[in-house]
Amino acid sequence: MPLLEIKSLGINFGGLRAVNKFDLEIETGEIVGVIGPNGAGKTTIFNMLSGYYAPTDGTITFKGKLMNGLKPFQVAQQGIARTFQNIRLFPEISVLDNVRIGFHPRAGYNLVDSILHTPRFMAKEAELTDRALDILATLGLEDRADIKANGLPYGAQRRLEIARALALQPDLLLLDEPAAGMNPAEVGQMVDLVRFVKEKFDLTVLLIEHQMGLVMPICDRLVVVDFGEIIASGLPQEIRDNPKVLEAYLGRRAVA
Amino acid sequence: MVSFIQQIVNGLQLGLVYAVIALGYTMVYGIIQLINFAHGDVFMVGAFMGYYGYTFLKLPWPVALVMAMVVCAVVGVLNERIAYRPLRYAAKIAALISAIGASFFLEYFCSLNFVFGPDYTVIHPPIPNITWIIGGVRITNVQVIILVTVVVFLALLQLLIFKTKMGSAMRTVSFNHDAARLMGVDVDQTISFTFAIGSALAGIGGVLFGFAYPELWTFLGVMTGLKAFIAAVLGGIGIIPGAVLGALIMGQVEIMTAAYISSQARDAVAFAILIIVLLIRPSGLLGRNELEKI
Amino acid sequence: MDKNKQIILALVSVLVLYAVLEALMMIGILGPYWQEIMRYAMVVAIGALGLSIIYGFTGQFSLGHAAFVGIGAYAAGLFNLTFRHYGIPAFLGSLVVGAVVAGLVGYLIGVPILRLKSDYLGIATLGFGFIVTNGLQNADKLIPALGGARGMTGIPQVQSFGWYYALVLIVVILVRNFVFSTHGRACTAIRENETAANVVGVSPARTKIMAFTMGCALAGLGGALYAHNIPFLHPDSFNFLESINYLIVVVLGGLGSLTGTVITAVGWAFIMEVLRMVLGPLYDFRGVIYAIILVVVIIVRPQGVFGGIEASFLVPQIKRRKAHAAAGD
Repeated sequence: MPLLEIKSLGINFGGLRAVNKFDLEIETGEIVGVIGPNGAGKTTIFNMLSGYYAPTDGTITFKGKLMNGLKPFQVAQQGIARTFQNIRLFPEISVLDNVRIGFHPRAGYNLVDSILHTPRFMAKEAELTDRALDILATLGLEDRADIKANGLPYGAQRRLEIARALALQPDLLLLDEPAAGMNPAEVGQMVDLVRFVKEKFDLTVLLIEHQMGLVMPICDRLVVVDFGEIIASGLPQEIRDNPKVLEAYLGRRAVA
Repeated sequence: MVSFIQQIVNGLQLGLVYAVIALGYTMVYGIIQLINFAHGDVFMVGAFMGYYGYTFLKLPWPVALVMAMVVCAVVGVLNERIAYRPLRYAAKIAALISAIGASFFLEYFCSLNFVFGPDYTVIHPPIPNITWIIGGVRITNVQVIILVTVVVFLALLQLLIFKTKMGSAMRTVSFNHDAARLMGVDVDQTISFTFAIGSALAGIGGVLFGFAYPELWTFLGVMTGLKAFIAAVLGGIGIIPGAVLGALIMGQVEIMTAAYISSQARDAVAFAILIIVLLIRPSGLLGRNELEKI
Repeated sequence: MDKNKQIILALVSVLVLYAVLEALMMIGILGPYWQEIMRYAMVVAIGALGLSIIYGFTGQFSLGHAAFVGIGAYAAGLFNLTFRHYGIPAFLGSLVVGAVVAGLVGYLIGVPILRLKSDYLGIATLGFGFIVTNGLQNADKLIPALGGARGMTGIPQVQSFGWYYALVLIVVILVRNFVFSTHGRACTAIRENETAANVVGVSPARTKIMAFTMGCALAGLGGALYAHNIPFLHPDSFNFLESINYLIVVVLGGLGSLTGTVITAVGWAFIMEVLRMVLGPLYDFRGVIYAIILVVVIIVRPQGVFGGIEASFLVPQIKRRKAHAAAGD
């Protein structure tokens, strides 16, 4: 059974049909990329997947469960984590706390435990703190665990957002333009990071990206979206030479 | 039946006063997304200014009205410059806290003895009382004056917004500040102007209020202002016809509540309306829902 | 300094301070006038900690906090009035009643209202505050003992400072525990970025309601104490101006800082007295001063005096239990 099954997904915003008849199946362990010109509807698709928008039609099935109508925090609890195009961290709290929040759904203690700092609280909190520190260490951020998140440089902030997503122990990771604003060297590092994280945490990855430098090396498959519809899908090599894809991109911009 | 129509007339009088105040709230919210907490106090200043004008300066009341409008416009613009402009692009709550501070300042400062004093002031409007009785319903000349004045200024406002360059600037800035700047609109000036107009209208409301309900108090603006704000929300905050519609409804509801339920319930009902509107249809009667872009 | 040493030092200081204050009271240096103010300062501290949870930590702007203090005060007052022959247990019972009733009302109001965004939430809570004051003024029509606009009298007074001090201590410890837990982190996540918190598995609705309920319960506890510190309860003591009082304490003291909130609350109670002495008959116009403080603080230092600063003995130490597994395992 595919991990994620999207059938005929569509959404209307007032009179605008932003996404139409979007189909996608993702098997466990794949890395799939969604590409397309700006405004094509890619982030809208992500927003439907994470539960911010309710689809007007179509279904989203994850691990066999229907996800339509679930709220974002419920989607997260089901095992889908996401990052944002324009990093959404918790700026005024520490790096460590940013990650520890990812453990909230499965903290293992209740409000009374918190208020009274019961033995169960002490044990579970130590456990999740350790695991949070582990994740930070894996992403090279443990030495900065105590500083405020907005004190980190841009690249580290992106890694922190991924660390936070990993704290949810997701099965599926949605990355929304993880290489945005990066130069080619940084994109190379992001490629390594995504590969590493996927292996180490046993993830399936769906990502949106513009930078071909990120998409080509790591994606097993690509899906190309324009005007809210799929115009091509297949192996990266096939997509690169697909005339419809070239037209969608070059028809609007000077050069890719 | 006659008394019912009488209540409608009374409600209309109150609603019209709320309308000119509500316009100020809605225009300011439309242009900078701020609830101008101090607006009700500008209304209060206008009421006192009008009173001083025709009582102590012996001005004919239309002149006193204009004087009140001018003073209020100045107060409004100063308010914006000092308390709001520094926070224009900061967190909403910061601006609201500053607005609350501005409101308090006006109320308590005006309560000082050398300003308006803290007590209720009974005033004597310079308009001889003429009442007509039509089909058993009493209509006073004050009510007619209120109706005519409000309608005239509404018409002038429409003209301003749709037929002048400044009006078009106001509409542009309401839409998007940066886009307006790129088109050569002086955003600061436009915002100041919006405050001036909105405050002047509140001043009109104040003077008219004094005619209709001749007892003034420095904390008058609190309740009246809040109710006018609720009216703006009810009609659709940021939408000018909405402010008028909401105000007329609020006026009716308040008078009907006082007449048929109890006088104490007037304020509670107003707030109940606010909470219901915010929960069920926050964009108001004439508003549209807008999705946040994530 | 080692964390345990810090905590012990803090506890000892707290006890020593208490002993010193009691001594001063016994000798007579701190007379009844100042004692009442000290008790009032404790009341404000508890109420302010409640608003701190709601606004400082969770970012929900409540302009009706004093209404919940009032609900707690009247509920507790009525309870103790009814059961006053039981003495101290009645007093303690009334504290629980005050907190529970205020918390319950907070929950009921919070469920619909907390869906609103910041400035609208402020106006809605403001409106609720007016409804409550209005209700309290007419409450004697339902329960004559509540006094309505004439005020409520007859509540047994508790004057020994130890109760107030102890309660503040307990509340500080419990709130601190809450803040440094996953539930406290959920609150700050909502404050920092509700959209992101949502996608990380934190339910905005549940978190906000939890914070609001707890904050209102603390307000009620403060009110319950207040009812035993003042011989005469009046609805006007819980009006919008009072709500602004609490707001000033939390904003000035520092959002998200327990230390700041407590220090500012106590300081503010004393500043109010100083204002009363300095302004004399003009005390009623302290609103001008509140106004200037609010506007200046929010423009010049919006994070408050102690914003982001917490006494180190309150902050738990982060210790790694086991060695980190090397990358690539």
